Amino acid sequence: MTARLRGFWPAVPALVLLFLFFLFPVVRMLGFSIEAGTLDWYAKALGEGLYLQVFWNTFEIALLVTVICLLLGYPLGFLIATTTPGWATLGFIFVLLPLWTSVLVRTYAWMVLLGRNGVFNRWLIASGVISDPLPLLHNFNGVLIGMVHVLLPYMVLPIYGAVRRLDPALVAAAEGLGASNWRIFWRIYLPLTLPGIFAGAVIVFVLSLGFYITPALLGGGKVMMVAVMIEQEVRQTLNWPFAAALSAVLLVLTIGVYTIAQSVARQEAQR
Amino acid sequence: MASRSADLKVEGLVKRFGEVVALDGVSVDIASGELLTILGPSGSGKTTLLKVVAGFETPDAGTVRIDGKDITAVPPARRDIGMVFQNYALFPHLTVERNVAFPLEMRNVGRSEIESRVAEALGLVELKGYGKRLPRQLSGGQQQRVALARAIVFNPRLLLLDEPFGALDRKLRETMQLEVRRLQRRLGLTTIFITHDQEEALVLSDRIAVMNKGSIQQIASTTEIYERPANDFVADFVGESNIFHGTVTEVGSVTLESGRRLLTTHGAPVGTRVGVLMRPERFGQGVNSFNGEVREAVYLGSSLKLRLACDDGLELIVRQPVRGPLPATGTRLNVAIDRESIHVF
Repeated sequence: MTARLRGFWPAVPALVLLFLFFLFPVVRMLGFSIEAGTLDWYAKALGEGLYLQVFWNTFEIALLVTVICLLLGYPLGFLIATTTPGWATLGFIFVLLPLWTSVLVRTYAWMVLLGRNGVFNRWLIASGVISDPLPLLHNFNGVLIGMVHVLLPYMVLPIYGAVRRLDPALVAAAEGLGASNWRIFWRIYLPLTLPGIFAGAVIVFVLSLGFYITPALLGGGKVMMVAVMIEQEVRQTLNWPFAAALSAVLLVLTIGVYTIAQSVARQEAQR
Repeated sequence: MASRSADLKVEGLVKRFGEVVALDGVSVDIASGELLTILGPSGSGKTTLLKVVAGFETPDAGTVRIDGKDITAVPPARRDIGMVFQNYALFPHLTVERNVAFPLEMRNVGRSEIESRVAEALGLVELKGYGKRLPRQLSGGQQQRVALARAIVFNPRLLLLDEPFGALDRKLRETMQLEVRRLQRRLGLTTIFITHDQEEALVLSDRIAVMNKGSIQQIASTTEIYERPANDFVADFVGESNIFHGTVTEVGSVTLESGRRLLTTHGAPVGTRVGVLMRPERFGQGVNSFNGEVREAVYLGSSLKLRLACDDGLELIVRQPVRGPLPATGTRLNVAIDRESIHVF
């Protein structure tokens, strides 16, 4: 047996597990969608405006969440990477603690905070900033806030890593050569941390596409994302073949986005 | 390239990092167009001194003046100082051209002028035709040249080099040393060169400042540093040396702790405690003669290095020209040194 094959055996349990609990169910699900021997369910998923609209919504929300995560996450990741070790630890705790908490718990916490009589609205009214409660829950705003909160760590961590990898001597060199802070950021930090930004954006975007709990609970049924729609098909209309077809489309779209992102990243790396 | 070289005056610099005193009252004057080497072991404070001059560290006390103007509080970006870092610090995402253009772009120089000045700078470091490459596509020596071009392209008032040749192999390092020297002379650039390599310091400098433990031990010409070191540290750090201590018993002679009397040419008054330095290669003919036994003999190609245990207990390092076979351990030997070759400090 060759050395390369011998390295294969320790991985067998994990491969079996992946096959049984991941690949098999996916294939089974794809089977549901073409059980009738036709592609009718796909035609419905891709042909009817309503469903296309939901896919489009999902992409829009994912994109918006990614952009907001980037705008919030870059300064945060940058700060944690460049501050003193003590503050960095504190920053990490703040970033990671939510990551270790169940999404369900966090989502319910947001419901408490964002409701018409929630903590935020009561504060804002009590402090006189607004007179009527802001619509923060059971709508687009709520979904956006919740998703950004859940996904922010996935943006912060790669950016933190990219900033840490940057040689501080480069920054000193740029400064010594006459660059202002603003120009150091645009000319040195930003281009050299682009791979981190890209990695974070891809993770956040791809995860957003399949989000279910947050839009289901914070959207109040008014914000329809693909995962929410699939769940409705499964539980309310009991149309499993159609749910399977929707899932398959989402899966292909997600893999497509990921593949394109990978090839762009590879081209960038070779440049 | 027009020279805007300035003189530098550093006065009473103190810098502490917690308990550690990195600079303990350092003062240096560098004339316009001069190359000063700061030589010292690691931890002597030489890099801290450079960082204070460049503006990356703020001193706890003291001033840095360029052409008489106090710049101690001026941020690095507005000091107009070119610096070459230990690991070059080239921007990996920019081509050679863009790296060299960087300081000019920061000064909002026009595009056509940038182009011609970059070409000129790359020509000076003999890298014409490499402009479109990325730093990682160059050898260590070439990267070094790019860093140098980037540091001089904007006519800095001062050039700082922080152990720039540490990562290069010996041959390349010697080439680069001569090249830096040539370039520095040609541009008349006031330059501070930091190194822990005493040979490098001797090759490059007009003057050498020897640093240890945060203070300057001696600033003098290269020959002065080698021939007439100011104290034990300088004598020991620069070159091979035989250092002993003794007392002046009459003018022109020193009695060592071992009881031996050495005839010298110094003028220190009777009773002074002094150090005595004898360079190993200075032994030959002379009035001071030593009898002893060879403890160790090493063949170095161009010379022999002997460790000689003298009968009065002194141990000497002696270099001799190679004549015949290596003396065996235990061989009796007589060596001598003249008055003029003994430095008393």
